[in-house]
Amino acid sequence: MSTSETTTEDHEHPSDQKYMQIALLLAVITAAEVATYFVHIGAALIPTLMVMMVVKFFIVAAWFMHLRFDSKMFTRFFVTGIVLAVSVYFIFLTIFEFWTKG
Amino acid sequence: MSEETTTGLSHNKLAMWVFLGSECLLFGALISTYLLYRNKFYDGPAPGDIFDIPFTSVSSFVLLMSSLTMVLALSALQKGDIRNNRLWLLTTALLGAVFIGGQVYEFTTFIREGLGYTTSPFSSAFFTLTGFHGVHVSLGIVMIMSLLISSYRGKLTKKNTETVEIIGLYWHFVDVVWIIIFTVIYLVPNPTS
Repeated sequence: MSTSETTTEDHEHPSDQKYMQIALLLAVITAAEVATYFVHIGAALIPTLMVMMVVKFFIVAAWFMHLRFDSKMFTRFFVTGIVLAVSVYFIFLTIFEFWTKG
Repeated sequence: MSEETTTGLSHNKLAMWVFLGSECLLFGALISTYLLYRNKFYDGPAPGDIFDIPFTSVSSFVLLMSSLTMVLALSALQKGDIRNNRLWLLTTALLGAVFIGGQVYEFTTFIREGLGYTTSPFSSAFFTLTGFHGVHVSLGIVMIMSLLISSYRGKLTKKNTETVEIIGLYWHFVDVVWIIIFTVIYLVPNPTS
């Protein structure tokens, strides 16, 4: 089997300034999340919180964990874990009637 | 130092990603269990009675910013800037310690208000989930401090950036798990409380 040298240092990482912009964006989204506790938005609350949570999750994974710049193989392993966990526990919660009875 | 691999990818980094993938299942189990038990507080305090959202928001912000300082530590080492690498590593560990301090304060406040580990299924699920997360943050602090010690011994140089990157992956994962916990456990209102 052929072998090759590792490529972990080959990819370009963002600049410090870019990291700070990303952190600022995350801080703004967090502030918006916390604001929902004080400002009542009715039925839109849970979908809004879920969207902001997912956006923050993907920003950290893509930029701070460098999935955007690294080998797709790392993304596949991580996404496999997430998909497996979401599928298994969605079924688990369905069996215990969480969606209908809370 | 580069090593030869069949995939062209670092085995250590790949192992960390596989580990993080498996950790999704661990935290998925703990979050799902919490969701099932969140309404079962019986005579004990309900989530809405005891959660201090402004306080937890500050803790969440501190942990989020520790992810920034961790990438800045990695970035500094990649440039060969040992001084800033140490500074950002120390800042990350301190921010992590502030988060843990906040969690200890929160737990002791809850216990004083009558919410012990065995008070109700809700309390058991809550302390198990947030406690497991706290242990992960604490282990992360230990790993970052060991990086700092290696640095002061002259063993952490530009050649070892991958070690910092791998520990950074673990630290960011702990942060993304808290992003989920903060929203699902603290911010989503409990229907019966």
